[in-house]
Amino acid sequence: MGNNLEVKTMAEYAAEGKQPEVLFWVGCAGSFDDRAKKITKAFVKILNSINIEFAVLGTEESCTGDPAKRSGNEFLFQMQAMTNIEVLNSYSIKTIVTTCPHCFNTIKNEYPSLGGDYKVLHHTQFLNNLLKEGRLKIEGGEYKGKKITYHDPCYLGRANNEYNAPRELIKKLELELIEMKRCKSNGLCCGAGGAQMFKDAEKGNKEINIERTEEALDTKTTIIAAGCPFCNTMISDGVKAKEKENDVKVLDIVELIVTAQDL
Amino acid sequence: MIQYLPNIIFIGVLFFGLYFFARNLSRLYRNINFGKSIDVRGDRKQRFLNMCKIALGQGKLIKRPVSGMLHVIVYVGFIIINIELLEIVLDGVLGTHRIFSDYLGELYGYLISTFELLAFLVVVAVTIFWLRRNVINIKRFFGDNMKGWPKNDANIILYFEIVLMALFITMNATDTNFQAMNSGNLISGYVAILFDGFSNESLHIIERACWWAHIIGILIFMNYLYFSKHLHILLAFPNTYFAKINNLGEIDNLNSVTNEVKLMMDPDMAFSNETTESEEIEKFGASDVMDLNKLQLLNSYSCTECGRCTSVCPANITGKKLSPRKIMMDTRDRIEEVGRNLDLNNGVFVDDEKSLLNDYITKEELWACTSCNACVQECPISIDPLSIILDMRRYLVMEESSAPLELNNMMSNIENNGAPWPYNQMDRLNWKE
Ligand code: SF4
Ligand code: SF4
Repeated sequence: MGNNLEVKTMAEYAAEGKQPEVLFWVGCAGSFDDRAKKITKAFVKILNSINIEFAVLGTEESCTGDPAKRSGNEFLFQMQAMTNIEVLNSYSIKTIVTTCPHCFNTIKNEYPSLGGDYKVLHHTQFLNNLLKEGRLKIEGGEYKGKKITYHDPCYLGRANNEYNAPRELIKKLELELIEMKRCKSNGLCCGAGGAQMFKDAEKGNKEINIERTEEALDTKTTIIAAGCPFCNTMISDGVKAKEKENDVKVLDIVELIVTAQDL
Repeated sequence: MIQYLPNIIFIGVLFFGLYFFARNLSRLYRNINFGKSIDVRGDRKQRFLNMCKIALGQGKLIKRPVSGMLHVIVYVGFIIINIELLEIVLDGVLGTHRIFSDYLGELYGYLISTFELLAFLVVVAVTIFWLRRNVINIKRFFGDNMKGWPKNDANIILYFEIVLMALFITMNATDTNFQAMNSGNLISGYVAILFDGFSNESLHIIERACWWAHIIGILIFMNYLYFSKHLHILLAFPNTYFAKINNLGEIDNLNSVTNEVKLMMDPDMAFSNETTESEEIEKFGASDVMDLNKLQLLNSYSCTECGRCTSVCPANITGKKLSPRKIMMDTRDRIEEVGRNLDLNNGVFVDDEKSLLNDYITKEELWACTSCNACVQECPISIDPLSIILDMRRYLVMEESSAPLELNNMMSNIENNGAPWPYNQMDRLNWKE
């Protein structure tokens, strides 16, 4: 499993004097978190299966600075941003794809005024484009008749108005999408944003991820899809807390595609 | 001379009403300008369109259909019935009676009918509003800080509206000539039945009393705005015009920080850059209202305290102290306090040893925010509580270094190894294995 992943770094491309089609920004979660690493690999499998020329920065990648910025540490954020921009510009990167909506939002919206101007795509947007261009084919068979619900990550949805790309992929997989009460622009946060992922919640009467998981479970579907490694963790924890982990799977959309295509 | 007395009194009353209104507006303007300048980037057309859609067209209110429709009725009623105000003022100044009726002929009847119908609908809508606020248990009207003044304020506005509409209808109902025309008295025609046994003389007195009470009531209401959440009827317009037009996810990059970071990363610049020395040290983030920008202060004055933001806030829903509405109300309370300070001290702020941070908004509230933007999305007039929360976090972190311990750990990880967790940057590609 995962042994034959074809992954080249930007440095390797540069040494060959070549430029890949796209840079895959893996992100901290995608690089280090065990659950998120699976999402990273699933995405790479899809890219490999249709021979997309992509590169990663590897050891030259560093945190985008999102959690620092949203904690209020503008210094640390800008240090990170400028270091990353220097690396990205040195390779003349034009297009970036990422599996993390936080990286996506930060590079897309907050890097330009610091000198980093790129076309930035969330992996669901990127795959959706490939689908439209006919380079990627998705067959549903596997999931026929299965029900799914989709959690909108705040930083993809409200923050950047992308509600369709993930839904179109779900439709392609022939899954029946049951929306939660709060969805799209009304979607409820999983509780991780704004650097909450890294600290305990303030005193209250419930954890946010439990509130959201309950809503997802109310749809009576067997799959909860997300498009963000942090949402994935929060909702997986919620499902465990509700002791439903044997009945309900929390998956990223690329993982659904990998299973459906038997990659 | 004596026959002009009513005209003179009217002009005097009108003058005082407008004078105090202008004074309120200039205080408002001064207080908002106490904030930092904003860079209104981007396209004016887009801003103008937003204003038309959101403020004029009530585009975002309708998302909640019941309260949205009721609000549209009161809003349309308010705007259209104000045409009648023009006639009232002209009559008052010139000493005429229903001056438009001479010029508009038949049209006049239709016009007044429309006003009466709207006035009636406003009374109905306002009554439902009152029930929603006081009888039906709707959480956002009872939660956190909706006690005392905010609650009374909301009810006073509703009473004002009912009384003004009632005066308008009664004035029409007791106007014998108008009733005799029998056109335009769509609603007042029925109310007139109540006055059946009255002599012409007493009808005239009632009519005059209502007329005066109505216009004086409007002038008082106009001056009440400054102290009330009802200020939104004016400020919703500039507020939606100046609101953020970029993606909601974007948080501004602090320029003052950019300069310093550039210096740190490129020491050569320290020598080549002529502005390095004389620059005064800027405070990072916000601990009080004067550290906020003008838009944030305008936001706070525009807030209608409707609580839609709080009702969708994940932190608030799960019982945390944070309430985006309270952030806005606290900001307004504090800028008003600062404004009074300025009034008392000839326009110079005298330190009162208070600040928005701690005296109004606690750290516990600030750290509970997930930056999800639900509050910003939900606000019917595009207020941005999140930007205030973030500016205050910036102060806590960059000026006070008082982030929660776990966040400090996260930040030192980023600083040392480029990830929020203690993993080595050199291991970043290990997922491949
Ligand atoms: S951005 Fe913060 S204050 Fe606004 S709704 Fe989300 S958690 Fe609440
Ligand atoms: S900020 Fe907007 S949504 Fe929140 S109470 Fe004020 S007007 Fe209502």
